[in-house]
Amino acid sequence: MKNIHVSTTINGDDAEFVCAPEETLLDALRNRLGLSGAKEGCGTGDCGACTVEMDGRLVCSCLVLGAEVQDAQIKTVEGMAIGEALHPLQQAFIDHAALQCGICTPGILVAAKTLLERNPDPSDTEIRYWLAGNLCRCTGYDKIIKAVQIAAADMRGA
Amino acid sequence: MNVVSKTKADFKVVGTRVARPDGVDKVTGRALYGADFSVPGMQVGLILRSPHAHAIINSIDASDALALPGVKAVVTSADLGLPEDESLRDVQDNCMARGKVLYDGHAVAAVAAKDMVTAKAALKLIKVDYTPLPHVTEVDEAIKVDAPVVQEARADDSVPEGSSPNVTHYCEFGHGDLEAGFASADKIIERSFTTAATHQGYIEPHACLATFGNDGKADLWCCTQGQFFVRELCAGIMEMEASQLRVTASEIGGGFGGKTTVFIEPVALALSRKAGRPVKIVMSRVDVFRATGPTVSSSMDVRIGMTKDGRITAGEAKLRYQGGAFPCVTVDMGAQAAFAAYDMEAVRTQGWNALTNRPKEAAYRAPGAPMAIYAVESVVDELCQELDLDPLDVRLKNAADAGTKASYGVTFDQIGLRATLEAAKEHAHYHAPLGENQGRGLSCGFWFNFGGNTCVSLNVNSDGTVGVTEGNPDIGGSRASISMMAAEEMGIPYEKVRTVITDTNSLGHNDVTDGSRVTFAVGLATIEAARAAIRVMCSRVAKIWGIDEDAVVWEDGAAKPSGPNAGDFEPMTLADIAAIASETGGPIAGHHEVNAEGAGVSFGVHLADVEVDPETGATQVLRYTVFQDAGKAVHPDYVEGQMQGGAVQGIGWALNEEYIYGEDGRLQNAGFLDYRIPVASDLPNIDTVILEIPNPGHPYGVRGVGETPIVPPLAALSNAVSRAVGVRLHELPMSPPKILKAITAKG
Repeated sequence: MKNIHVSTTINGDDAEFVCAPEETLLDALRNRLGLSGAKEGCGTGDCGACTVEMDGRLVCSCLVLGAEVQDAQIKTVEGMAIGEALHPLQQAFIDHAALQCGICTPGILVAAKTLLERNPDPSDTEIRYWLAGNLCRCTGYDKIIKAVQIAAADMRGA
Repeated sequence: MNVVSKTKADFKVVGTRVARPDGVDKVTGRALYGADFSVPGMQVGLILRSPHAHAIINSIDASDALALPGVKAVVTSADLGLPEDESLRDVQDNCMARGKVLYDGHAVAAVAAKDMVTAKAALKLIKVDYTPLPHVTEVDEAIKVDAPVVQEARADDSVPEGSSPNVTHYCEFGHGDLEAGFASADKIIERSFTTAATHQGYIEPHACLATFGNDGKADLWCCTQGQFFVRELCAGIMEMEASQLRVTASEIGGGFGGKTTVFIEPVALALSRKAGRPVKIVMSRVDVFRATGPTVSSSMDVRIGMTKDGRITAGEAKLRYQGGAFPCVTVDMGAQAAFAAYDMEAVRTQGWNALTNRPKEAAYRAPGAPMAIYAVESVVDELCQELDLDPLDVRLKNAADAGTKASYGVTFDQIGLRATLEAAKEHAHYHAPLGENQGRGLSCGFWFNFGGNTCVSLNVNSDGTVGVTEGNPDIGGSRASISMMAAEEMGIPYEKVRTVITDTNSLGHNDVTDGSRVTFAVGLATIEAARAAIRVMCSRVAKIWGIDEDAVVWEDGAAKPSGPNAGDFEPMTLADIAAIASETGGPIAGHHEVNAEGAGVSFGVHLADVEVDPETGATQVLRYTVFQDAGKAVHPDYVEGQMQGGAVQGIGWALNEEYIYGEDGRLQNAGFLDYRIPVASDLPNIDTVILEIPNPGHPYGVRGVGETPIVPPLAALSNAVSRAVGVRLHELPMSPPKILKAITAKG
């Protein structure tokens, strides 16, 4: 089967790419579009390192076909900072040591951003359950939960 | 709540919580990890792996694969070298099977093709003819004299005659009169334990990109804990001079010891050499589970005697570790660590390492120690229960201290165990009330820590900033801690230092980022490199002022006359000196190379509260506190992060994680769905208390901190569960079915 032409929107910009029919969105982002922020940790939707937002929903981009994102709105970690200004979550993760190796960080940031857009004042438990699909092997999650709380407070203007 | 007790030393930068220099790269997606690097013309490398646990390879026919359009090369073990060094040969044979496959997932052949689709199709066309052999995957089976033989004649000189051919190493440590010690005990408990193999579980699969030129020079980009070691291994396997292979470490997405060797790198180099193209290999998660890591699994017997007032009179441990299909000596570290927390008159540990048809064991955070200490700390706890003694008081009563002759032979210098135990005893956690089906567990932990070969360059830039060049991949925030120590020593702001991790051609040899060595050893070398640069700057200033070099001192980032007799000169700052360096003799730099000793051992104490559901056997961790001696916490946030991350890995090991092999010798749970590491909703906050008992072996008192935190959780959780349900399990993980079975058996 021939490659498929896809027109989509990524981080607010129009984007076009061709991909093989069986190619994942993750591979298309990384290999066709040069957006290597999303990582492949498992390829089976179990680790969350490839989390992106697709039409307002969080998806594991390793479980979405590239061909499926025709006319979709995709948001990745590369779209979180505006120019030199980091997103409050990104700043909080740096300020409060919420990353060690950093491989899970893009997926967790995208997931946390979506949470705070839906619930600006989540409890620790709500954050822990929301991020339960994003594995982190370094931090023990403690500082991640705290950084999300701090960013949430910052975004609420508290 | 995170508590840091201060040392008396007066630091300005060290001990603060500055932002990590790689932070922006890592939160924006800009940082380049193993799989993120590409070059034009790059081919996809893919590895064919054995479906058998143990089999002879009769033949490999790759002709159909090579005939497939888009396939550029196929390699087997015949395309690698044949190094004489046996340990190097083992690494090589683990990367690519030679004659026999030794475990499910063992690499057999590899292909380089224009894309993934073609590479996958080519793998299916490679015909391998196997003759399956009997296999063994459990250590207690493997050490039987009639067990299937994994490899012939691999025992080293230590192994007693008459042992199973699978036993490759034996060790023994201890001192004192065991019989007399046990005779003076009021209570002796002897128990047997098992622990499962667990995987390091780093989220980033192994990845590398190799380019081999027609001139015999090669470059390798890879995610590793040690680019110099990768160069050594790969150059040996490829039978090339180390200088002709340049290895650059990418950012690393976790390692925990599992990225201290090579699995795919020599294969990528061989494919690239044969294909004449750059080749990238990225492991799948299934392959990571089947063919990298994991840690050893164990079977252990521990016997301890105690007086009714809580004095340990004697202790004995027999440790049997399986480490997969190639020899290892990991049991040495377990046997040395087992009783390290205690001041004992009579102690003996024996250890056996055995081969099985499993992937070769790779280091995992304090390799060998967590399981041995789990067994010892479980028996100590049971003695406390039997004798109705407070488990913390008993540990204080027997705690190793400065001057104690350790169970493994050394005499301890200044150590923090007693202070750590006392901090735990004073902490509110130790006195908090518990509810029904809840229990509190306590355990000590120990790790040796390491120094090793280290080489650092420090350059003073003409704009008054400083560049540090070091050779150890930053796995937990070390760029920050190294920059902090450079800034501290130079007397300049942290922001004026940039630390870069360089390739193998740009610096002398550096040992791997392991053994909790980087902040200690690279920090030590950085401080010495800074002092060398300061000496140069003072000498330049002495020339400018026309006074003796000894009459110039360095204070607060500036050269000053050393007292009134030296003359009356305005201080010259680093920036002042750097700006005119070309007029005073040229560039200013400092360099230091060392095989660092004096790493300073480390102790931790963990407290865990759990609740066990009597209906399901599921354990929930309610509260967890880590107490650990950091020597000097250079960056307290990152020290806490190590303590929290290690504790959670240990919680996973204690409650859920395990390699499960079927009767066919195949791994049953090679994915994050079935090998489930802890997720955020499984856990409470992990509280930390950093103690700072300075390590005399480091200018700032630093000790390693990265490995100790994984040692105590196994026993802390087991002890907590035993107190919650009134029955003690003797195997890990304590998964719900096992706990339920134990509760049911109790009645």
